[in-house]
Amino acid sequence: MSLDTVQMVLVTVLTAATPLIIAALGELVAERAGVLNLGVEGMMVFGAALGFAAAMETGSTLLGALAGAGAGIGLAAVFGLLTVGLAANQVASGLALTILGLGLSGLVGAGYVGLKREPAPLLHVPGLSDLPGVGRLLFGEDAFVYVGLGLAVGVSWFLWRTRAGLILRAIGDDPVATHALGLPVRGVRFLAVLFGGACAGLAGSYLSLAYTPFWAPAMTAGRGWIALALVVFASWRPARVVAGATLFGGATVLQLHAQAASLGLPGQLLSALPYLATILALVLLSLGRRQGGSLAPAALGRDFTPHR
Amino acid sequence: MADGTGSGAAAVDPRPLFGAYGIVKRFGSFTANDRVDLEIRAGEIHALLGENGAGKSTLMKILYGLLEPTEGVVTHRGEAVRLRNPEAARRLGIGMVFQHFSLCENLTVAENIALVMERGLRRGTLAERIAALGATYGLHLEPDRPVWSLSAGERQRIEIVRCLLQEPKLLILDEPTSVLTPGEAELLFTVLERLRAEGRALLYISHRLEEVRRLCARATILRGGRVVGACDPRAESAASLAALMVGEQVREVAPGPTTSGGGERLRLEQLSLPAPGLHATGLRAITLGLRGGEILGIAGIAGNGQAELFAALSGEVPAPQAGAVRIDGTPAGHLGVNARRRLGAAFVPEERNGHAAAPGMSLSENVILSRHATAPLTRFGLVRRAAARALAGRVIEAFDVRKAGADPAAGTLSGGNLQKFVIGREIQAEPGILVVDQPTWGVDAAAAARIRQALLDLAARGSAILVISQDLDELFEVAGSIAVLHAGHLSPAVPRTGTTREAVGLLMGGAGGPPVAADAAASGRAVTRSEIAHAP
Repeated sequence: MSLDTVQMVLVTVLTAATPLIIAALGELVAERAGVLNLGVEGMMVFGAALGFAAAMETGSTLLGALAGAGAGIGLAAVFGLLTVGLAANQVASGLALTILGLGLSGLVGAGYVGLKREPAPLLHVPGLSDLPGVGRLLFGEDAFVYVGLGLAVGVSWFLWRTRAGLILRAIGDDPVATHALGLPVRGVRFLAVLFGGACAGLAGSYLSLAYTPFWAPAMTAGRGWIALALVVFASWRPARVVAGATLFGGATVLQLHAQAASLGLPGQLLSALPYLATILALVLLSLGRRQGGSLAPAALGRDFTPHR
Repeated sequence: MADGTGSGAAAVDPRPLFGAYGIVKRFGSFTANDRVDLEIRAGEIHALLGENGAGKSTLMKILYGLLEPTEGVVTHRGEAVRLRNPEAARRLGIGMVFQHFSLCENLTVAENIALVMERGLRRGTLAERIAALGATYGLHLEPDRPVWSLSAGERQRIEIVRCLLQEPKLLILDEPTSVLTPGEAELLFTVLERLRAEGRALLYISHRLEEVRRLCARATILRGGRVVGACDPRAESAASLAALMVGEQVREVAPGPTTSGGGERLRLEQLSLPAPGLHATGLRAITLGLRGGEILGIAGIAGNGQAELFAALSGEVPAPQAGAVRIDGTPAGHLGVNARRRLGAAFVPEERNGHAAAPGMSLSENVILSRHATAPLTRFGLVRRAAARALAGRVIEAFDVRKAGADPAAGTLSGGNLQKFVIGREIQAEPGILVVDQPTWGVDAAAAARIRQALLDLAARGSAILVISQDLDELFEVAGSIAVLHAGHLSPAVPRTGTTREAVGLLMGGAGGPPVAADAAASGRAVTRSEIAHAP
């Protein structure tokens, strides 16, 4: 296998991983604040539909991506009002959000089924992007890939290096104690939910603007659920989210090649491979590291209503 | 010299450091504070006394900016201030040490402190300031330890250090000694005295009247949301303070029997259980016998195996051998909770909400939960609601349980009333054996006296009672004999008359060492005597 073939495989791995990285990082922030939003799939698919529609109408990929993120924020705001503002059940509200998002995406996308547009442009740095073996991988991706990786660094830095990140983690650990110190529990939780929505919507628009540049109903195909699982198995750590998503992308590409090479294994088994490999690796990662305390945000899924 | 600082400050500025005047706080139709006045001066430790539900917590939360008063005004050096939130209170120099610590268990010590420090503070600087303060006051902390790995005393140290880093003028302490060992409490008192001598004001809330008499020079007493008096606690006795709080003389509890003629009803034989979790304690070869009419008190600091012992007695965790637990001679080690209840045992766990009672269910439903095996509350598998309501009614009447509505949810009762209810529910069955974990934890003096008297009365009727408690005063009041649980070991039981609080306190701290396999009572006494000799 030539160096360029290896590079092309790695490029496909990275592009398969990007939507998972972006969506999972958003959910990670929301869950670190103690809010479990099961509506990632719904926000993602609505972002894909609205993003594609906006890009078709304006001709701008950037506006499309912003519209996708906005779609996620809109749905997340509804979820946040219900669960953070009115202390509604987070699981039920999240599931309802997924159904709502799927329905809205069908409505918005109805007029755009079967249309195609140019995929998001790739970065081109003269000289660097043409380097043999690594140029395309490192310097020739589309903007979403760089945003996803930058987001991982940014979220890590925010959570463990800033005061606001510390407050967010404290709220996810014990909202009652944090409130007693006078910190704004519900405000922070609401913002964290909105950030999660923006990321999910952006990840959805990546699918319809770059990964496969067209709109098809339910095109997220369960990626929102995988992003949710990634957060748990990555034990709420951004670096592990990136590792898990990359592994998932790698296994996806591997099983496609394996099916093409007709190894004699049933195709369904090969299709399950990415899921199995990701879960196995992340379970192993999260085993036996801590002596006590809890790996998950201790107040995850618990609502909070202050007395006043 | 300490007094000099205090009166000197008062001479310079006659206005109180903080004042609260005409404070009214209503929650719906309920009035938690009704025209409360309170003045706190620099350089004094001011006690706030009152029963559960007297409005102490509400008043403290108003002073710390967590609640806004419906009416009334808070002043700082004579000028009205508005405390919109705790941050505003902190800026005025008010700090608070919470009873149930406001710490995030999965964050480190330094992170918990950084939550309330000013913006832009560097980690290294914070660690230095924590260390410097620790050296000054003897409050040592490791900044990078996660809170879940720390003891209650260490956690309280974090809260105090967190307050002191803000240079508070007023420090509010809510039941600060309720979770401390006697030694840790002494350390706390030293720190508090020192803070007072520095000219700071302290507002001290405690159920332990002896502490209040020792530390505080002024006390404000709340009852039913109103100020009913002020006094100098040093000039009062614990009994007269309690009477002021309750508004009547608290009934003296009749002393419990020290011996009995009944046969053995409960026996534990070499009961050992592995620790159920990383932060739990295993039980190590616990042996005890309890006769009818006897009350055995088990002292110990929380986390030394009390929860595990209770679970092994109640049947929530089965014993490895059937003979390790005997109820009236019947091997019960392998039996579950209901089977043990049918043998005549009854159990009251420590946690009222969630363990002893389901807070969201009505009182009559809560009666069914623990009594369905021992009272005629079901017929053909169907619940007899009228019978359950009648039984709940008998408990409510016998124990004077105050409640709102005919059959309210358990969670709506105050702590003391719910505790009277869950204990009354079990006593009403006239159990041969009663196991109670922390019978009066966080319960006001009147309710506590009633509960203790009920335990004594039940023992007088021939039942064997095992009381697990951290409150030594309580054990010396009700128990005929006392044993100490430390690190899963149970010391030999000694008669109450043959030991002292100091000796038991030392055993609680682990001074007894591993139990010796000699004659139980003799070795127990030998240990206590030598410890008294070595006590400072």
